[in-house]
Amino acid sequence: MSIIEPVIKQFVVETSQERAFQVFTDGIDRWWPREHHIGKSPLAREVIEPKQGGRWYSICQDGTECDTGKVLAWDPPRRLVLSWQITAKWEYDPSFVTEIEVTFTAEGPKRTLVHFEHRNLERYGESAPELRKSIAAQEGWGQTLDAFKRAAES
Amino acid sequence: MANASIGFAALGDPTRRLIFERLARHPMSVGKLAAGLSVTRPAVSQHLRKLKEAALVTERQEGTRRVYRLDPKGVEAMRSYLDRFWDRALAAFKEAAEKADVEEEKAQ
Repeated sequence: MSIIEPVIKQFVVETSQERAFQVFTDGIDRWWPREHHIGKSPLAREVIEPKQGGRWYSICQDGTECDTGKVLAWDPPRRLVLSWQITAKWEYDPSFVTEIEVTFTAEGPKRTLVHFEHRNLERYGESAPELRKSIAAQEGWGQTLDAFKRAAES
Repeated sequence: MANASIGFAALGDPTRRLIFERLARHPMSVGKLAAGLSVTRPAVSQHLRKLKEAALVTERQEGTRRVYRLDPKGVEAMRSYLDRFWDRALAAFKEAAEKADVEEEKAQ
């Protein structure tokens, strides 16, 4: 499989390093796009548990919870590493892991440089053969085909 | 968007699915594909054409053989989806973070 470049974004936020980190994590519900949601019921709240190993999940309006990933590194207010374990079928899969690393660098009392990276995206290509191996016939193929469908739609 | 439904439809056929599965394992020529299937070479070529139209497989000339493989652009499409998603999400984050600062100032 060819190398897939990580998604990298770098931008300045006109706020303190502490505030930027805090809004990204504790305040994720304030900015998380509502339309991106894997549960069946509308999104009620998006949560990142503020600790190493913490869960990153959504609470639906019907009360169910859907995992997105975990906190792999919790280093406030400087650095955060999260796992993004949503497959191309928009389902949480504990065996599927891509990483998001966000660093917050103070450039002034109210100026923070944010560097964002979502990597290991080539694993979206690797997941097809893995699924085929692990799940026989229909169900597994449904997922793989959906992955392609989803990829093509994007 | 068009490719998605075409791709989905293309894989509705069991023989095409089988061809697709085999190509996921190894790139192959038409001859090799046909040898392992109970269909004729022209039929395999026909199926491959459908899979190509759906952007699920690509072909490459290797010497005298034409070798087929899964199209890695499916993964790149996923990447570009996420790229756009994060653009949107991070713009919302920036706005929320800067707004939080203004609100704090007001409160002080």
